Amino acid sequence: MSTTSPSSRAESAVRIVSLYPDLLGTYGDGGNALVLSRRLEWRGIAVEHTTVDAGAPVPDSADLYLVGGGEDGPQVQATRELDQSQGLHRAVDKGAVVLAICAGMQILGHHFPDATGASRSGLGLLDCKTVRVDRPRAVGELLTTNARLATAHGVVELGQLTGFENHAGRTIPGPTSLSFGAVEVGEGNGDGSEGVVTGTVVGTYLHGPALARNPRLADALLEWIVGPSAMSPLDDSDVEALRTERIAAARDHELAPRRSWRDILRRS
Amino acid sequence: MTVSSAPAPATGPAMKLRPRARLAVTAGRIVAWASRVVHFGTGSVIGGRVSLLIDKNLLAELTTSRDVAIVSATNGKTTTTKLLSTALGSNRPVVSNWLGANMTPGIVAALASASATDTAVLEVDERWVDSVLRATKANTVVLLNLSRDQLDRTQEVRKLAEQWRTALTTTPPRTVIANADDPLVAWAALAAPRVLWISTGQEWTADAAGCPACSGRIEFIGAEWACTSCDLRRPPIDVTVEDETISLNERTFRTPIALPGRVNRVNAAFALAASSAMGADLDTAFDALDDITEVAGRYRVADFNGTKIRLLLAKNPAGWHEALELLEGPTTPLVIAINARIADGHDPSWLWDVAYERVGARHVIAIGERRHDLAVRFRYGNISHAVADNLEDALDLVRQSPDFDSTVPVDVASNYTAFQDHLEKVGGVL
Repeated sequence: MSTTSPSSRAESAVRIVSLYPDLLGTYGDGGNALVLSRRLEWRGIAVEHTTVDAGAPVPDSADLYLVGGGEDGPQVQATRELDQSQGLHRAVDKGAVVLAICAGMQILGHHFPDATGASRSGLGLLDCKTVRVDRPRAVGELLTTNARLATAHGVVELGQLTGFENHAGRTIPGPTSLSFGAVEVGEGNGDGSEGVVTGTVVGTYLHGPALARNPRLADALLEWIVGPSAMSPLDDSDVEALRTERIAAARDHELAPRRSWRDILRRS
Repeated sequence: MTVSSAPAPATGPAMKLRPRARLAVTAGRIVAWASRVVHFGTGSVIGGRVSLLIDKNLLAELTTSRDVAIVSATNGKTTTTKLLSTALGSNRPVVSNWLGANMTPGIVAALASASATDTAVLEVDERWVDSVLRATKANTVVLLNLSRDQLDRTQEVRKLAEQWRTALTTTPPRTVIANADDPLVAWAALAAPRVLWISTGQEWTADAAGCPACSGRIEFIGAEWACTSCDLRRPPIDVTVEDETISLNERTFRTPIALPGRVNRVNAAFALAASSAMGADLDTAFDALDDITEVAGRYRVADFNGTKIRLLLAKNPAGWHEALELLEGPTTPLVIAINARIADGHDPSWLWDVAYERVGARHVIAIGERRHDLAVRFRYGNISHAVADNLEDALDLVRQSPDFDSTVPVDVASNYTAFQDHLEKVGGVL
């Protein structure tokens, strides 16, 4: 699937493109680009990160594309522009890896709901569809255990995936897609699974940002592009402390009881 | 400027309230007093709630015979409310809720303790503008900015802009003072009959790329902005804020005021424009602003366990954008504290929208309940950092740093509830 072999990678930088952060950047997902860039730099691998704002042409020659989460209105605008440009479609045809978060995942599927709840045609790059369901918005810690990702280099064990979800959709994976695994805490796709993976296109409901909280997922995406031999170990002690704390918080159902009287009196 | 103080009768012209409203006010005062006695805080919110349970129209009744100004925004509403109250206070009695209880209960509590004709300067939560404007029929509305805040809780900023627009259409105030450089605010304020437009030079525009009128795209070119699909564009400017001056009514006022940073020059410009619209003398108003050195603890320099600290508040990316102006430059270590309680928003992903790299080579100690989120953010920002469990331990680390300078206050920049915790440690609101 990856078009570039590890050996040829030495000469050229890994090209990462953040798509439309001006439309889809509400939830800190821009951090995913920083995490990927640093994890390459720290390993001595050159990286070239470009931000493509709405209205600008979408290059089809990058190795990795990032699409963030966003609000309903901009989500529709982003879909319209990506559909017109077809740059992302061409890039995926050439084997580029895509990570799409939340609203980004929804618009990459076949159908997604707009602000009014009406179904809109998505970009069809992920084999899934998203529907609006009659339940309160899923807001809180999301924890998936024994997550896995099938890449060009085999199945990568991701362990626990931790993040924060905030969405009202139910995402139904199609027959040609896989999920990361089973949700332990939170909503995820809504059928007990979390994440949608179709070929090289990866979608998830995890904010946090996803790659800041889950370095193994970050490395799995990078390894897809640069190959396993380039992936030397990094010091992730800060991240491990965060993961331990967040995983425990998710299991304690942190959000439910944390409204102290003092907080309510102060500012509810 | 009073916040509901003791359950004592108000001075000045007596309020002619209906018996039900009078009962509501009295009950609210008793509950607020009881709440203070058991150290639950100022008690103003819970007192106001009790009052509203008894008389749901109390806010309208409490504002029938006063001039009312409403101040709302994502950032800067507390400071601007304080500045406007002070500017107006130089020539008339003013009542305000500037301590931050900014929804109807807190507002009712503040008004119930004041004389019936005192001018009211009300800080109003973004989501409560419509209902407070309907009840008070405020003459003056000050709208500073709208940006992402409390990702898990507050409605999308576009929906807030829509609510503001509806509010200004349904209950048009005499004058709106609005930020011309924030497309969301501008679109909302354009619904009002008379607007004083302030050019704020706002640099944070990341939440306004989508046009609020047609969901097309807003293009920013220099100071101007315009939608590429419809005719929404930056309105013509009435008030400008430069590096060292504020210009309005063909007059120029030399800043700085006592409060630091670009953002406070902007807040002062809003306060001056509003006070001028409300009939205050501009020179007296401007002079009054210079006496303010802190607002509800923000910018306070205090001694904590023998170390001088300076308290800063920044709650969201737009707020941090302004706070970092004060944090970039020095070389001394600093403390950053992040919580994610209900009043902060439970999702601190926005830490990744903040350019913390602007602290440069400064060593940063991360504290607060979400200190590990901060540490990871700093790690990927290549920012020199350590993690501590609380402010005391953080200051121990600061003092051990070779860059520590005991003559310079240690900056302690915190988000909302972390700031409240630190403020309590240095004696609370003065």
